Amino acid sequence: MNAVPLTAAYMPLVDAAPLIVAREMGFDLAEGIALDLLAAPSWSSLRDMLVFGHVQAAHLLAPVPVAMALGLGGIATPLSAISVLSANGTVIGVGTRLADRLDSLGYGFDFRDARAAGAALARVADDVLVFGVPFPFSMHVELLWYWVAGTDLAARRVEIRTVPPPLMAQALAAGDIDAFCVGEPWGSVAVDDHAGALLLPGTAIWSAAPEKVLAVRDGWVEAEPDLLNRLLRAVWRAGRWLARPDSRTAASEMLSRRTCLNLPPEVIDRALLGTFAVSTRGEQRHVPGFVEFFDGAATFPWRSQAKWIAHRMAARYGLDPQLAQSRAAGVFRSDLYRKALQGTGAELPGASEKVEGALDGPTAVASARGRLILPRNQFFDRRIFEPDS
Amino acid sequence: MSGKLTVVIVEQNRDRAIAIVDALTETGDVDVRVIGSVSGLAKQIARHDPDIVLIDIDNPSRDMLEELTMASGPLERPVAMFVSGAAGGLARSAVEAGVSAYVVDGLKAERIKPVIDIAIARFQILRQMRAELAETRRALEERKVIDRAKGLLMKSKGLQEDEAYALLRKTAMNRNRRVADVAEALVTASELLS
Repeated sequence: MNAVPLTAAYMPLVDAAPLIVAREMGFDLAEGIALDLLAAPSWSSLRDMLVFGHVQAAHLLAPVPVAMALGLGGIATPLSAISVLSANGTVIGVGTRLADRLDSLGYGFDFRDARAAGAALARVADDVLVFGVPFPFSMHVELLWYWVAGTDLAARRVEIRTVPPPLMAQALAAGDIDAFCVGEPWGSVAVDDHAGALLLPGTAIWSAAPEKVLAVRDGWVEAEPDLLNRLLRAVWRAGRWLARPDSRTAASEMLSRRTCLNLPPEVIDRALLGTFAVSTRGEQRHVPGFVEFFDGAATFPWRSQAKWIAHRMAARYGLDPQLAQSRAAGVFRSDLYRKALQGTGAELPGASEKVEGALDGPTAVASARGRLILPRNQFFDRRIFEPDS
Repeated sequence: MSGKLTVVIVEQNRDRAIAIVDALTETGDVDVRVIGSVSGLAKQIARHDPDIVLIDIDNPSRDMLEELTMASGPLERPVAMFVSGAAGGLARSAVEAGVSAYVVDGLKAERIKPVIDIAIARFQILRQMRAELAETRRALEERKVIDRAKGLLMKSKGLQEDEAYALLRKTAMNRNRRVADVAEALVTASELLS
């Protein structure tokens, strides 16, 4: 059987792993598709490649298709998030100037307590605290504003600017930004470049944040339902492979190649292992579940996740909150995910929405085969989000 | 209003920048600025307030421009063009979708020219729309002032509405001024006196 070629674009990041692994390990061919992967130079280029039909699928920041459904950002082509590709995986860091001040304050860089980190940072920040993020519509922006609003940082003037991840260390050194929120390995690269120190993992703000999604055009969903199912299964199998502890070394090596990240596997390994050097002095911190590709239905596109993103964006951009949530719910296609993974052994949850932030530890929930355990799902301020019905 | 188109080129390579500047200058009345360092890119671009930003599609700093387009709103945002060999097919779809992004193959002058022409045409439509919008707003404002002046005259001199307007018009003609200006003077004066 000839495999059907399918082009997908990705940004070179640790969390592009499911697509890269699907091709490298042949999960694509097993489904009768041949993935042709294109590395995009920027998120806007990647979005345009997908929107204008240059590629059929893309590794995309989870808030991007939601923003587009809300009419934010100029382009209005409807996109579907057919799967979450990864949960979590971002880090917040500060430049050396702020890191030194935090040091002299006696701050311990515990890489865990978001409230304490916010309080300490608020004490040492200048008049304006400028954060660099990869893109205006990103979980990085959402997590930062959520964190700022719930800590002492709320009393400070905070600005968020876009800086391409590979340039984050350079922007810190140039004084364009004071701090950053970025996906790995770029936080670790900033530490290795002596440009800054890591303050918090994204999980310290929200322990179960949808980070990247697998996005396709709505028109493609209609036109190619069979290819969609095969693509989704191939990527799901790649996620399952990535979740095996003994896959880590091979995954780091695949991502480290010149055609992908072009960085030493050792830097990439930190995210997959969840063990970080938080400062140039080499202090190590471990974060369980730092980035998740599979366990606890990590790739299930919960409609409540899309609603959370929409609810935050609606408040910031002054949109009608109910309307925003209902539009966003249609973007995360739990229906397509279920259809594609029926009969694969995937543990499919009974519901397609949940209350976000309401699990203080791993919790068994209703599922097709009764063996689904959802991971801890908590915001740092212990608030819960009930999606509009 | 100046008819000159301001183009900002984001290009770190000096030779390429010069080649693009030359190509653009050939196309006519354009004011070209080159930004060679991406440090604080959004701020640097905002300072020039360009009509068009030209950046290579392969430049990761393109994401920094997204902020600009959001801050200025879809109508006002600068047109961004992305020059590249690889992604040619994106050009037409981008233009058709009304996105301010164009993709040109290579950096040859003859390739840049048609794109600039489209950009200029778009720019002029945009400018016309802005001018019309401003004109509509001004007309609305003036109507409101004239209505208020009429009301003042009707109240203080016991006139009918058409008589009040006739008086405003007669005064304007006698003094060689616009009705709206006379009305505004009357409203201001009455505010001072009340």
